[in-house]
Parts: sequence; C-alpha cells; structure tokens
Amino acid sequence: MDDQAIMAELTDIFRDLFGDDSIVLAPETMADDVEGWDSIKHISLIVAVEDHWNIKMKTSEIDTLKNVGDLQRVVAAKIG
Amino acid sequence: MTSPSGPSANLYWLPSIDDWSVRIAEIERSEVGEAAWNALVALAGVKLDFVRVGRLDKALMRLFGDGPPVNLATRPIRLAVLASSTTAQLASALRVAGLRRGLWITLYEPDYGQYRQELANPASGLYGFAPTAILFALDAGHLVGDVDPALNPESAEAVVHQRCDLLQSLWRSARAAFGAQIIQQTVLPVFPPLLGSNEQNLPGSRAAIAAEMNARLRAIVGAEGVGLLAIDAWATQLGLDAWHDPVLWHRAKQEITPRAAPLYGDLVARLLAAGQGRASKALVLDLDNTLWGGVIGDDGLQGIVVGQGDPLGEAFAAFQTYAAGLERRGILLAACSKNDESNALSPFEHHPDMVLRRSRFSAFVANWDDKASNLKEIARQLNIGLDSLVFVDDNPFERNLVRRELPMVSVPELPEDPALFARCLADAGYFEGLTITAEDRGRTALYETNREREASRTKATDLNGYLASLEMALSWRTFDRVGLARTVQLINKTNQFNLTTRRYTEDEVAAVMTDPSAFGLQFRLTDRFGDNGIIAVIIGRVDGAGLCFLDTWLMSCRVLGRRVEEATLAVVVEQAIAHGATELVGCFRRTAQNGMVADHYDRLGFTPLPGQPGDTERLYRRDVAETAHDFPITIRSE
Repeated sequence: MDDQAIMAELTDIFRDLFGDDSIVLAPETMADDVEGWDSIKHISLIVAVEDHWNIKMKTSEIDTLKNVGDLQRVVAAKIG
Repeated sequence: MTSPSGPSANLYWLPSIDDWSVRIAEIERSEVGEAAWNALVALAGVKLDFVRVGRLDKALMRLFGDGPPVNLATRPIRLAVLASSTTAQLASALRVAGLRRGLWITLYEPDYGQYRQELANPASGLYGFAPTAILFALDAGHLVGDVDPALNPESAEAVVHQRCDLLQSLWRSARAAFGAQIIQQTVLPVFPPLLGSNEQNLPGSRAAIAAEMNARLRAIVGAEGVGLLAIDAWATQLGLDAWHDPVLWHRAKQEITPRAAPLYGDLVARLLAAGQGRASKALVLDLDNTLWGGVIGDDGLQGIVVGQGDPLGEAFAAFQTYAAGLERRGILLAACSKNDESNALSPFEHHPDMVLRRSRFSAFVANWDDKASNLKEIARQLNIGLDSLVFVDDNPFERNLVRRELPMVSVPELPEDPALFARCLADAGYFEGLTITAEDRGRTALYETNREREASRTKATDLNGYLASLEMALSWRTFDRVGLARTVQLINKTNQFNLTTRRYTEDEVAAVMTDPSAFGLQFRLTDRFGDNGIIAVIIGRVDGAGLCFLDTWLMSCRVLGRRVEEATLAVVVEQAIAHGATELVGCFRRTAQNGMVADHYDRLGFTPLPGQPGDTERLYRRDVAETAHDFPITIRSE
C-alpha cells in the first residue's frame, strides 16, 4: 500500500472519528488543525488505526507522533 | 475486524449495513423532530464500531443534546458516571446504547477521582445534575492497586471487607440523596498473577484481592438493591485483551479500551432498560431450521434433525434447552412458523428428542401469513407490546422483513451454525434482568429446585449410592420409523461396545420391524442431568426350537459403568419370553476394537459354550429366568 492509499484510508477514519466529511489531510496536519482532536480523540485515533490495519503500536512509537505524516510512516512501516 | 463467531467485543448480533455514509450524512443534515429521532434509533440498531458510534453520537448531541424529543415514550435518563480514571471514551457509546433502546440519556461525568467529594457535598455538580441513575465505574488500580502482596489471609480478607463496606456506604448515600438506580461495575481483572493458577494461595496479591472483591460484591449487592455491571465476567468470556490495553492505561488512564466502548455501553443500557421495566419479555421462535434441522413439512418426523447422536441435532437440542431455561425464569415463549399447524405441532407432540413441548409456549402461531402480521397477533395474544418481543429466525429474509415492517421488534442476526444460537441470544442481552421474583420462576421451577437439593443431600459415598442419585430411567421401544435413522446410524458406526459388529442397511433394519419371529429394541437413558438419547440397540431372533439369538447388542460408551447392561438384559428376557423363547444365545465376535465387551456375557451370568482357542466367535447361553432386579434404574416401556 503506497503513501497515498494510506492517506486516503486515514482520511476516511478521520472523517468518521471527527464527524466531518470536509476533513482533508496533509502530512503536516496536526492536532490543532482538526476541530475536536483532543487527548481522548487522540487515543481513539490510535486504536482506530490499529483496528483498521490490524497492527499494534508500541508506547515509544505513539510518543513520536507529531502529525499525520508521522502516523502514516508508522503505519507504512508496520504493514510493509 | 473480528468474526461473529470468535470472541470479540463487537455487537455481532446486530445487523450490518452497507449504506452507512449515506444514512449518517442524511441525519447530519436533518432537523430536530420525530423523523430524526427515529432515524437515529434505527442507525443505533446496526453494528457499528466505536468510531462510527462516536459519529452517530455527535449527530445525536447536535439534535437532542439539550433535551429528549417531545412525546418520548421512555423516561429520560440522567446518568452520573462516578469514576476513578478516564471514562470519556465511553460517553458516546453509553448514549448510543440508550438510543438503541429508545432511551434518551444525558451524562454527568465529574473529574475523575472526585466522586466521594461530589457525593458528600450538596453544593456539588452532582447534586445540581440530580441523577436518575448512578454508575460507579471504579478502576481496579484505584480499588485494590495499593494492597501488599505479603498480607496474611486474615488481613487480606479484612481489606476486601473494608473496601466493599466503603462502596456499600457510597451506594447508600447516593440512594438517600437521589433515589437513583445504582449500578456498580465489578473489578476488571487487570492484574497479572504473581503465583499463577493458584493465585488464591497468595491472598494479598492484587489479582486475588480483585477476585475476592468481586465475589464479595456479588454477595452484598442483592440486599442493597444495587445492580452489578459484570465486566469481570465479560473479560472471562472475551479475554481481558478485548477490554483492557495496558498501553492505553499507562498513556491515558483508560482502563477500558475505546474498542470495547460499544459493548460497555450496551451492557449499561441493558441495566438501565431493565430498571425501567423495558427488558424484552417474550421469545418468539421460528421452527424449521431454528428449533430443529430440516423442514417438518417436507422431511417429516423421521427426517428432521434434533437430539442426541448427531452434532447438528445436539446443537438444536441445546438451543431448545436454553430457550426452556428462559421460560423457566419467566420469559414467555411463542412459536411463529410458516407451516400447516398440524405439521408444526407434530415434533412437539411426537418427536422423542424434542426438549421443548407445546405446553411451554404461551402462543403458537403456524400458518402461511407473513411473519410481521403473525408477530402482531402474538403480541395481541400475549397482551404485551411489540417492543417486548425478540424474534429468532434462521432465515435472513424473514428477519429483514420483520425489521423493516416492525422496527420495534428485536431481531438478532443469528449465526449460521445452530451451535452458536444460544450464545448469541445470551450475548445480545435482550432479557437482562436485575432480580428474579417468585412469579418469574413459577411454581414448577421451585418444586424442582427443592427436589434437586434433596438429591444432593444424599451423600454419594459408594458407586451404587452415586448411581442411585442419578435417578436413571431406561425407556425402551421396539424399532419404529421415528427412530429408524438413529438406529441404523448406531448399527453402522458403533465399534467398541458392539458384541457382533453386524452392519445393516435401513431396509434390513426395517425388515426386523415386520418379522414376527424377531424383535428390535431401542433404549433411551435419562437421568437427572438430562437425556442421553438412544444409547442401546438390540436385535433378537427366535428360532423354532425356542432359542433366542442375540443377533445384535450394542451400546453407547457414554453410559458405561452404570449397570445399564443389567437393566437392558431384563427387558431382553421379557421380550424373549414374549416371543416364545426359552433360552438366550449370546454371541461375541472379536474385532480389533471391541475388546472391552469380551466378558460382557460372563458378567451377565451367561454360560460360555465350549470353543476352540483362537476362535474369533464365542457363544453363550442363559435360561430366560427372571433377572435379579437390584440395579438402580427404573425401566419404562414407551
């Protein structure tokens, strides 16, 4: 799965998670850019991503997530 | 994500949809009103993961966040969640689970860890909120995390009591202040054991204390009128991983993972609905391929599959047993079948392996009308609302028709395998109950419970005493059409407890039924644990000289060591006499697998006839004298 495909599926997850079909993601999108992206939603996002790709993120990996691009890279590395 | 048959925290009994995006978008555009509420309820009734539950809740909050729809049929619920760690990830699922049952829920979640102050202070937000229900959602670390594993047993027990006493005082003050329904979450068993399987031997370990606290809570909530939210039992059923992710606990103090939120919410909403008397009251059952395998109208009594000896038949019988259990605790049963009524009734009246009988059903509707009309008729006959009905049907067409015509009827998405029917119905929790009254249980149930207690008081110190306590009954019939398939099956597959291992076709077995000089016997054994099904088959052939040759004697190994052979012999002797025989001739034909019955006839008092060493066949004889009737088994002719 290439970066673009991952980003497209991430976008679907974000739209359901934040209840907003107008969300458009870019690698540099951060929590401040999405309304409702608080610490609770951040955990939900991680679990939703884990479920979607059937992967498990380590505590240390979650620590490195600063923006959507980081998330995309962690997913890409895990699904090979 | 996960399969419906495997352990999972998803609500697999709810139907799936493929037009989620369209339907949620429609709701997100809609205006407040009855139509919007109905659309929300409908979408809450389909299988959604926690992300979509969150989105549905966002729409719900936009439309009905400030108040319930006008003319709501249910009482609005003001639920306070008193927690010791993060529960915000559960809020959406709680509201949506209420929505699924037509309940409007507004939540109050004080900062976590503040619950004691909130309860103690009449100026607190909790008092301002005036809850109608209070959920104590205290995490395991908060309740028992600080206990010293080296505590001696007395101190450990004191810790358990003291902490449960504290909870008890909280329930009492909550009830006194608000008159609210109280729900106490059990302790989630999150602590890894320090000893292992025998953790109880380290009574101070957090795992052991958590288990003891749960036992103690179960002992005391009844008298307090408090309902338990048994997430510990669900963690046992689904595995702790379905509920708890240590990564999320350490990162965000979420004891319960968001992916379990839909189930958590549903479990709470069941209790809230039960508290309003809104749990389902009647189980409406389809018949063909729901209570038995096959179609009674096509396959006939002999053709349908139910009962012991066949894996599918056992699965259907087990589902009937589950339904019978629900009936005994007060759930009404109804049948709803597309059939001629006489066909639909015949298994209940004539099939020996049916667990459910007609008398268990409070309504029995079998005709060719559509099922939605028949469900209305059933609700009318039972004098309950359609929203109190749970309709169980293996046929997706009928399920979808009823969902469309009568959205207020609960229709579980039944797994395809009947082995999973009972579990599905239990998991869905339609009949959630907080307590049981004597009327629920009914007089017969009480009577039987007392009888069981009497029986268990009798000490089973020796084998005969134990066998006697089983209350075994051996019923027998000559071969007949209903049992033919099972008889043929046993004759052709029994290898171990089989004296002659003669295999016969269905026609050959049927020939025994019409042969005046032969008799074929089938035996069923029941005991206090239930029906073992057909467990023995015997064919005797009587010649002109009065010799009765025991052509076939086979038994199911599951009744070994219960003296069933002796009881069986008593019946054989009686039948041999009835056919004019004066002597029995038994035969043991050795095979690679039947060594276990090499001395069968010796043990039954037969005399071996002289033979040659190395013979593969050995004959035995015995007078048809009455046998000593000293075995602990009642014999009945069916």
